[in-house]
Amino acid sequence: MRKRFAFLYDQKVAPYVFVLPFILTFLIFFLYPVLSTIQMSFQEILPGMISNVGFKNYQRLLGDRIFRTAITNSVLYTFWTLALLIPFPLVLACMLNSRSMMGRGFFKASLFLPVVTSVVVAGTIFRLMFGEVEGSLMNSLRALLGLSPIKWLKVRQTGFAAMVLMACWRWTGVNMLYYLSGLKGIPPEMYESADIDGANVWQKFWLISVPLVKPTIIYVLTISIYGGLAMFTESYMLWAGNSSPKNIGLTIVGYLYRQGWEQNRMGYASAVGLVLLAVAMLINLGQLRLTGVLGKELD
Amino acid sequence: MKRTGILVLVFTVVFVLAAGGLVSANSTKLTLWTFVHQHARFYQVMTEKWNALNPDRQIELEASVLPYEDMHNKLQIALQSGVGAPDIVDIEISKYPNFMKGVPQFVVLNDVFAPYVDDIVPSRLEIYARNGNMYGAPTHVGATVAYYYVEILEEAGVDYREIKTWDDFVEAGRKLKAVYPDKFMGIVETSAAWTVTAMLAQQGSDLVSDDDQPLIDTPEMLRAVTTLQEMVKEGLLTTCPDGQPDREGGKGLIDQGVVACVIMPQWFMSRYLDEIPNMNGKVAIAPVPVFEEGMPRSLGLGGTGTAITLTAADPDLASEWLAFAKLSEEGNRMIWEDLGFDPCNTALWTNTEMTHNPDNAYNQYFINNVFDVLNEIKDEIVMVRSSSISPAINDYVTTVMLNELFEDILDPAEVLEDAQYNIESQIF
Repeated sequence: MRKRFAFLYDQKVAPYVFVLPFILTFLIFFLYPVLSTIQMSFQEILPGMISNVGFKNYQRLLGDRIFRTAITNSVLYTFWTLALLIPFPLVLACMLNSRSMMGRGFFKASLFLPVVTSVVVAGTIFRLMFGEVEGSLMNSLRALLGLSPIKWLKVRQTGFAAMVLMACWRWTGVNMLYYLSGLKGIPPEMYESADIDGANVWQKFWLISVPLVKPTIIYVLTISIYGGLAMFTESYMLWAGNSSPKNIGLTIVGYLYRQGWEQNRMGYASAVGLVLLAVAMLINLGQLRLTGVLGKELD
Repeated sequence: MKRTGILVLVFTVVFVLAAGGLVSANSTKLTLWTFVHQHARFYQVMTEKWNALNPDRQIELEASVLPYEDMHNKLQIALQSGVGAPDIVDIEISKYPNFMKGVPQFVVLNDVFAPYVDDIVPSRLEIYARNGNMYGAPTHVGATVAYYYVEILEEAGVDYREIKTWDDFVEAGRKLKAVYPDKFMGIVETSAAWTVTAMLAQQGSDLVSDDDQPLIDTPEMLRAVTTLQEMVKEGLLTTCPDGQPDREGGKGLIDQGVVACVIMPQWFMSRYLDEIPNMNGKVAIAPVPVFEEGMPRSLGLGGTGTAITLTAADPDLASEWLAFAKLSEEGNRMIWEDLGFDPCNTALWTNTEMTHNPDNAYNQYFINNVFDVLNEIKDEIVMVRSSSISPAINDYVTTVMLNELFEDILDPAEVLEDAQYNIESQIF
């Protein structure tokens, strides 16, 4: 018995045995699907009829105006979520980290609550809040200001704003927690000596907190870029399906879903997915290089 | 004590297994997927009837009701991969062309349907057929009709029976507006194309041509959408939350009594009964207005095709059961009595014992009898075309085009030109 498992005691072999579960998961659930998607993107796939079509799927993608709408939407959505979800949670985290803040536990919990709320429930509630009937929450608010009701989810600007708002509501808590853990790592002596030097709140935030949580900011930025570009569920739930009026909420993944499932074109959808992969990789690699993370590792 | 407990457990398990074995000894288990719970109920009733008639070929039907999108997606994956599909499946008509792409993964039903085809509206069978092979059983004709809220129209001095053309309809709308400025003559859809398709059919056109080309930038379409848009501009028609009558927002609006007319297929009757309680006893059914008298006044819209998958455990039994459940006279009767749909066996439409049954809940809800209207327009019911490009056309029309026309009130000619171009770029 001992002999059969002797290799486990071998210092050269044992590490490979321990990483084997990861390697297997990676190969089966990541590498194989990616390679298979690449292959599928050059095919037309129908039950009992799979044919190679070369670069045709990609050529069609170039002339597809609705795909362009999807890319524009995804990029815009990513931009707005970054613009709002990077700075504001940081400020909130600093406030919650400050000892002079009252009711920290309460605010921490209430800001985190949306994260654990099911997106299906959240989507339904936002859809009702932004309903076009007079009695919907947002239209009641407009009525208080003496304004007439509007069709929030049928107009481009307001529909898009609702989607970004929902993302902020959902993700502020997560980002705030990341920042909080980053802030906790800053030695309190730093702030104490700054106090002695007569630094004000703003200087302490800008010159101590921000530079020291930079690694956390870069991490949050990286996952937010990916999260923004790959967004699908929020839009799907807000409009109770993948079809939003005038494609206001159509994202790249939404388009992939529409082509692959709703119109049974797996090959074309694979091409859409690979374009998303390429865009996300390019933006993230560029951003990581700019912020110096990749450069450092390469040195 | 412990041992007794275990013994009891073992006996229970053995007994349950044995009992299960007894049931399945001479009955075959068939699995079925559907996305409408009323359909599942209907299939169970038909299975009971089948079992009573076929003591030696008993069926145990296991029907699962799944959400609409979910069910079609799961089915597509199952058929593509060759595992996991049910024996019998309901497919909604707008999704159906997707399943006809490539080699259809369904059993050809020509032989089992043969005894019944003479009684069934042929075009309803053709919709679910490819190259002469029938793969699906239709549920209903889906003849489009107009549902009038009689009370408010009478108060405005309008007799709904006098509305024959769209001009009459506009005139009636103006009278209604004079009495009830806050109410509307009708709903214009932005997330479905019921009325638009009906208006195209009146002019002999459709969304797709016989040779699978999109028919969007056409004079017929321009006439249809311009007529509707003019009515929207005048305040006679309104758009509704969720974009069409057969969604929560639309049904809510109808239930509030602010709409004088709803143009929908006959099966919308069941929605009135189940989900629009406030209109009980207030609605009359009439033919849809036309552009010029003499044009066909109805077309069959919507529908569900039921198919047998190639991976079915017992395709012969499943096929025969399906033909019995949906095409036999008994099945067609149940389609009206239980589901409230206009059955495809149109001979039944004149069976007054069935159609004018005073105990029927649908007959009690509506002011007049739907079959009187259906028999009047019977020979005018046009059939909608369905092709492999239909999903792409429907998608663009119901997300972008109709919103641009009726929410943003953009110029119809430009919208149609744009739509034609964009849809063509989606088709390959």
